[in-house]
Amino acid sequence: MKILVVCGNGLGSSFMMALTVKKALAELGQEADVTHTDLTTATAEQADMYIGAGDIVDQLDDGFRKIVRVVNMMSIPEIKSKLEPLL
Amino acid sequence: MLDVMMNDILGTPAILVGLFAFVGLLIQKKSASTVLSGTLKTIMGFVILGAGAAVLIGSLTHFSKMFDVAFNVQGVIPNNEAIVAAAQTNFGTSTAMIMVFGMVMNLLLARFTPLKYIFLTGHHTLFMACLIAASLSVGGMSGAPLIIVGSILLGICMVVFPAILQPTVRQITGSDDFAVGHFGSIGYYVSAKIGKLFGNKAHSTEAIQVPKSLGFLRDTSVAVSLTMSIFFIIVAMFAGQSYIEKELSGGSNFIVFAIIQAITFAAGVYIILAGVRMLIAEIIPAFKGIADKLVPKAKPALDCPTIFPFAPNAVIIGFLFSFFAGLLSMFALPLIGLKVIVPGLVPHFFTGAAAGVFGNATGGRMGAMAGAFANGLIISFIPAILLIFMGDIGYEGTTFGDSDFGVVGILIINILKLFGAV
Repeated sequence: MKILVVCGNGLGSSFMMALTVKKALAELGQEADVTHTDLTTATAEQADMYIGAGDIVDQLDDGFRKIVRVVNMMSIPEIKSKLEPLL
Repeated sequence: MLDVMMNDILGTPAILVGLFAFVGLLIQKKSASTVLSGTLKTIMGFVILGAGAAVLIGSLTHFSKMFDVAFNVQGVIPNNEAIVAAAQTNFGTSTAMIMVFGMVMNLLLARFTPLKYIFLTGHHTLFMACLIAASLSVGGMSGAPLIIVGSILLGICMVVFPAILQPTVRQITGSDDFAVGHFGSIGYYVSAKIGKLFGNKAHSTEAIQVPKSLGFLRDTSVAVSLTMSIFFIIVAMFAGQSYIEKELSGGSNFIVFAIIQAITFAAGVYIILAGVRMLIAEIIPAFKGIADKLVPKAKPALDCPTIFPFAPNAVIIGFLFSFFAGLLSMFALPLIGLKVIVPGLVPHFFTGAAAGVFGNATGGRMGAMAGAFANGLIISFIPAILLIFMGDIGYEGTTFGDSDFGVVGILIINILKLFGAV
């Protein structure tokens, strides 16, 4: 499974969020390919799931993509609870 | 042999950062294949950075020429990526050295002082390392002293700036889990103070309805293409069709030329960002891994958008008021004899938005508006003042964007002047 973590620049916050997502997946006992990128690249890249702040990933929401909206990017419990039903 | 070691291996920044990534991966006991691919990708990141710079500077040169002809003053576009990429020719090696030893200083300070922050915004560490290398050099330092003093200064910046923001960050996030590590801190700090003075935090920005339609500006490539197109077209109209078609565009239509140059600028930023992303991808996890072991209870200091989801309306309001201040400053700066700082959507978006979130935390709507406005003034005037001191190192046309870079650069150069180093 491929998970794409997205922020505006694809540098700082998506990078940190990707680390949190990896930790959350490990706690759930799941494996996935987690990468991070900017919004422009994300629109052209295929992934099984797109994770980011609400106002960012809303722009990727075409009704088909699996989208996860995160408030606290550093919170493992929040990401875990949002990922679990989708895995 | 020694000559090859010192000049060609350690003197090539790409190889140097590759070596650091290599050591970092070894310390983490990664597999041979991960070590190899991580090292190669880090080196490639640095090479991509340089390639992007070439694209971006081409467009920037056209912009400067047009601006000069149009208004008879020099226009400057603050862009961290552009200035850092351009400065790699002269300051590449010292930037890479200061970056790595600055991170070591950060670990030491976090370990042995109460400032327990680990600065994880890798691209800002890189930009600050470059700024420090350039300002120390302008101030007359070189060689080993430059690297040593530079690393100490970078380490101090990496713990002090997150520390001054932390009281407000606690109010924003309602927790003490992480700090903000982003070198726009002075703008955010001022915004929080102004918010407290003028605002009322009971009237939060989050209680108002803000149109969602501005969200597309969070996409850096779109935001840069859009602002640059607008500025390029305006400047092209003032510079005149005949000048551009005769001197710059090789005969093609001046408006088409302006639009293509604007999008070329955005493409340059995009390439540089891709390079930076590859460059920091191995170094930061290694740094974090070491920090987790060496510094118990350290707080990660993270890029500013981590606080955006806590107050999405303040993000939009902050951006608009910061940009508005940037536009006003553009007209005010030449009146007091400073260079014209062309406001960019990207610095105003990121730092304006963060300033809005800080202002909202201490002073609600009024706080977000006034605080972000103050941030907009700061990131217009500070780069203009920095240019007075830095201009002669030859990267006119662009400079560092965010507030802390300017303040640190101005302080370094003037303190060295006091000691008579210049």
